[in-house]
Amino acid sequence: MSEKRFIGTRNAYGEFLKEIGKENPNVVALDADLSCSTQTCKFYDEYPERFFNIGISEQNLVGTAAGLAAYGKKPFISTFAVFASGRAWEPIRQSLCVPKLPVNIIATHGGVTVGADGGSHQMTEDFAIMRALPNMIVLCPADGYETKAMLRRLVEYNDGPAYVRLSRIKFPVIYDDNYKFEIGKSDTLRDGKDITIIAVGYMVHAALEAAEQLAVDGIDARVINMASLKPIDEEAIIKAARETRRIVTIEEHQIYGGLGSAVAQVVAENHPVPMRIMGVHDKFGLSGEADQLLEYHGLTSSGIVEKVKSLL
Amino acid sequence: MSSSVMLSPEKTKVSEIDKEEVLRLRKIARDLRIKIINMLAEAGSGHPGGSLSAIDIITTIYFHFMKIDPKNPKWPERDRFVLSKGHAAPALYSVLATLGFFDEKELMTLRKFPSKLQGHPDKLTTPGVDMSTGSLGQGLSVSTGMALGARLDKKDIRIFTVCSDGEHQSGMTWEAVLSAAKFKLDNMTVFIDNNGLQIDGRTDTIMPVMPLKEKYLAFNWNVYEVDGHDIEAIIEAAYKAIAHKGQPSVIICKTIKGKGVSFMEDQVSWHGVAPSMEEAAKAIEELKAMEIK
Repeated sequence: MSEKRFIGTRNAYGEFLKEIGKENPNVVALDADLSCSTQTCKFYDEYPERFFNIGISEQNLVGTAAGLAAYGKKPFISTFAVFASGRAWEPIRQSLCVPKLPVNIIATHGGVTVGADGGSHQMTEDFAIMRALPNMIVLCPADGYETKAMLRRLVEYNDGPAYVRLSRIKFPVIYDDNYKFEIGKSDTLRDGKDITIIAVGYMVHAALEAAEQLAVDGIDARVINMASLKPIDEEAIIKAARETRRIVTIEEHQIYGGLGSAVAQVVAENHPVPMRIMGVHDKFGLSGEADQLLEYHGLTSSGIVEKVKSLL
Repeated sequence: MSSSVMLSPEKTKVSEIDKEEVLRLRKIARDLRIKIINMLAEAGSGHPGGSLSAIDIITTIYFHFMKIDPKNPKWPERDRFVLSKGHAAPALYSVLATLGFFDEKELMTLRKFPSKLQGHPDKLTTPGVDMSTGSLGQGLSVSTGMALGARLDKKDIRIFTVCSDGEHQSGMTWEAVLSAAKFKLDNMTVFIDNNGLQIDGRTDTIMPVMPLKEKYLAFNWNVYEVDGHDIEAIIEAAYKAIAHKGQPSVIICKTIKGKGVSFMEDQVSWHGVAPSMEEAAKAIEELKAMEIK
């Protein structure tokens, strides 16, 4: 096996912005004083006249992008997930979702893997509050290539806003340049008949590791990358419930209102089966290394193995 | 009637403003006041006070300044209008219907199910509405985005915004005030409907926002102060604002809430209550008797 490659989803975003800025003069980028961290500075470097730094004012970031989109531009706006989704939630509701304006909110530093900055900067409620909004699409890629494919798809999507959560840390590479992303579709990375592990973002990698560990014990686990949280791939979830009879979900998010809740809703309404929902249990984060924090929250491959075994 | 007026920024003196044009606009504003009262009485709910305080401003913007095509509401070259104080929707709807963006009969469906005319402006349902508003404090921010877009395309497109004095209690408004000055958005003209009242009482007691002039000057804006019911003064200030380069302009319009209807004027209680049919009849009688000169 070749050596694992790592690419940050936010680094892929920076690369994407450089490319799309050249291809599409209608694309503009906005940031709220975090352009080096979010990588929108890559866009600024190439197309300074189409980049707007709004300063530490996330509501205005969203309002300005709404105006640009209402005028006819294609804005990509970025800051940390906690500010992008939380601070600006009501302007997102009123000025993006209600008028269905095609603004892409690319929120970096989602989840607990933000690390040392601590709980104030670790957004673990964004899926819930973004999923609750009508007309909003909610996405979270599992690697750099999926990030690029997803963002390319969003350039063509003009029916409303989208929220994309990216991470601070680098992810192992799963896909390549040929990968096509479809809104509302999941990707089954490993087939299996005994149980399905549905994961999102960085947790997809823990799920793949867990499946390998389970295989050693003769347990055949299916792994689904549910990068499109809303709309969600109901067909794949129902199929998994029917064929594997048990489902474990895992996400760097509160256990309320995120991937687990979304999957449970589909399962409960269509084909009820036992489930385990793995995530952050109603608490805020702590400072530490990403790996230490994932361990602290039980969001590891061994944690998944334990949950899977509790269902068999 | 042509709604598309070529701007003449050099015409900046009162004496040069066509008196006939001012008279025409005053008559339109009076007729729109009647439409607003009728709509609200029929709807049984809504906001008369702030619709009547803003109507002279909105009339002047739409009937004198804006480059628009009612037959082609999404014409890319059009000027944009943002009613940041979205609860004055009846004022905007009466203007759009009169200009022919939709049938005047629709006005009587305001706030009813199903209607093109939602309680607050909705760009998806009403032809001619450039931005959905209703949650206060967001329109100025949206306007700066439109202004940035138009400037990027090097288009001669102006963004007209009407906001309230009360909206200056919202932090997001000030975020946008900073932003418009930073980006030197001289293609946007903001009108503040300074009627001094809000739902809970006098703005001065709920949360004072004055002095707005000094605040805007300190934030590096170009500022004018006018009587918001003096159409001639509004036109004059707007021409000056349009001619001014390198800064965004704001025209602080001193207005009277409920203007034109004696029993509604400067009354907090008429912020968000529709007139009964009897009250509407009395109001319309007054408006019809109003001398326009």
